[in-house]
Amino acid sequence: MIGSLIALAALALVACGPYILDAYGIGLLIGAVSYTILASAWAMFSGPTRYISLATVAFYGTGAYTVAVLSDALPWPLVLASAAVIGGVLALVVGLSTLRLAGIYFVIFSFGLAELIRQLITWFEVSVSGTLGRYIFLDLEPRHVLWQLLSLAAVVVLITGWIHRSRIGLALKVIGDDETVAAHAGINLARTKLILFVLSSVLITLVGAIQSPRWVYVEPGIVFNPQVSFLTVIMALLGGATHRWGPVLGAVPLFLLFEWLSARFPDHFSIILGLLFIGVVFLLPDGVLAAMQKLRKKKEAAA
Amino acid sequence: MLLSTLVFGLVLGGSYALIAMGLSLQYGIARIMNLAYGEVMIGASFAAMLLFNVAGLSPLLSLVLLVPAGWAISWGIYQVMMRPLVARSGDTGRLEVDSILATFGLLFVVQGVLLVLFGGNFQSYSFLGQGVNVLGTQVALNRLIAFGLSVLIGGGLYLALTHSRWGLALRAVALSPGSAPLVGIEVNRVARAGFALGGALAVAGGVVLSMYQTFSATMGVIYTMKALVIVIMGGVGNLLGALIAGLLLGLIETFVSVYIDPGLTLAATYGLFLVILLWRPQGLFGGAK
Repeated sequence: MIGSLIALAALALVACGPYILDAYGIGLLIGAVSYTILASAWAMFSGPTRYISLATVAFYGTGAYTVAVLSDALPWPLVLASAAVIGGVLALVVGLSTLRLAGIYFVIFSFGLAELIRQLITWFEVSVSGTLGRYIFLDLEPRHVLWQLLSLAAVVVLITGWIHRSRIGLALKVIGDDETVAAHAGINLARTKLILFVLSSVLITLVGAIQSPRWVYVEPGIVFNPQVSFLTVIMALLGGATHRWGPVLGAVPLFLLFEWLSARFPDHFSIILGLLFIGVVFLLPDGVLAAMQKLRKKKEAAA
Repeated sequence: MLLSTLVFGLVLGGSYALIAMGLSLQYGIARIMNLAYGEVMIGASFAAMLLFNVAGLSPLLSLVLLVPAGWAISWGIYQVMMRPLVARSGDTGRLEVDSILATFGLLFVVQGVLLVLFGGNFQSYSFLGQGVNVLGTQVALNRLIAFGLSVLIGGGLYLALTHSRWGLALRAVALSPGSAPLVGIEVNRVARAGFALGGALAVAGGVVLSMYQTFSATMGVIYTMKALVIVIMGGVGNLLGALIAGLLLGLIETFVSVYIDPGLTLAATYGLFLVILLWRPQGLFGGAK
């Protein structure tokens, strides 16, 4: 409870950013907040279930592309609602076909999903609608984007708080520890996973949608950049995917580091990222927070 | 038209089968779900191109050079990267998640190196492109050779696995890693051999495919995806299943690209995957679990 209040206060503080910072600073805030939401939403499902989703950008890009297609035709709130519905339906299809099976099928399916959607949209744009690439002309300034993202972040804080205290959160913990035990305890495995996956995917889709006015020009190759999936996973893992505040802790410093790295080493960025990722998997398998807890326990045991 | 599509589909399917067999070995024997598999394969395609363009080496010769190199590199990857993860996970089933994450990182490292070295464009080289008459249709010689190589390597491997002591040990570990030590099999060594063998097959597949297909540094993901779908379709660890499923996927893709639209081949792969997941998740040829 107190944690949620502190988080909401922090969000309110960030919301004042546009009054102090210049355009670059606001851009950094937008990036940091989006990745915080992405990592938190990812960890919401993949943390407790240990079903690694590699499809973050599939939903993120879907959200952005929905805006590109609909922003002329519908008012902004309806555009966001449509994006959420499309992302949710997509997650439902993926979840219904894979979540009843072992985790590996889900991972494989999510692995190629972004590429599939990218190719399908490209095909559709080239051969049916006849245009590849669209413009987003919206009357939204960077600070509006930031405030919308912060509202979404507040929603995420409330949802995660609710999950941690509700029956579904407990069910999820049991599933992550031992699926057989969970099934015997009367938990509906597939349904619980499906609810969480759809919820997490809708949030990710909304991040893509809200962020999209920043691009102005949108094309499948731009919005379905696999690095987004990659960054999200590494951030959530570094902070600790099972810990409530882990993803936030991983997302903010890593986003700033990546921002600096991509400007400094544009050609070697993906190599550095990959090495860093492997390092996290080896050295901090449960994230920084868990490692710190372990260290503290060791010290206490020694003293 | 129909006949040439059939021939092209079989050729492509042969290469797919070869690639999928390697992934099946790595997952079945070493229990490593290797998401960087396609990158190893594409790396071999680039190496073959480089050897062909710079040293004038025929891909058939570079196959002889590169396949052992693929074995050695994969052996090293297993020893350095995977072994600690295997040791750490013990019996907890954690290995699957850890190996997926570690190889996901490796994917970006290898892809990044390829992008720095060769850029992001599509590449190819012309090797034995002249047409040959097969059953009344013109087929490029390189495709025929590629098909022959797939059959030779895939078939040879199948025979080696089913008819030798070495193959018996590999299959024993695949079937039951817990009981294999009871009959004197050193699981760690066999798992490493399985992973290395899979890597060698990835390299063979990459060289064979590069003889007749264009490729780019970012294409590895798609091949990993296709190989995974084939492995699931054929049944995990079932080499003959992977062979048949690979041919099937090659045929389906070629027919979709000729008769419907070339932009929809990946969609066809995914559609097939979806049908398998909903209808027979244990694979086309697996028994009910």
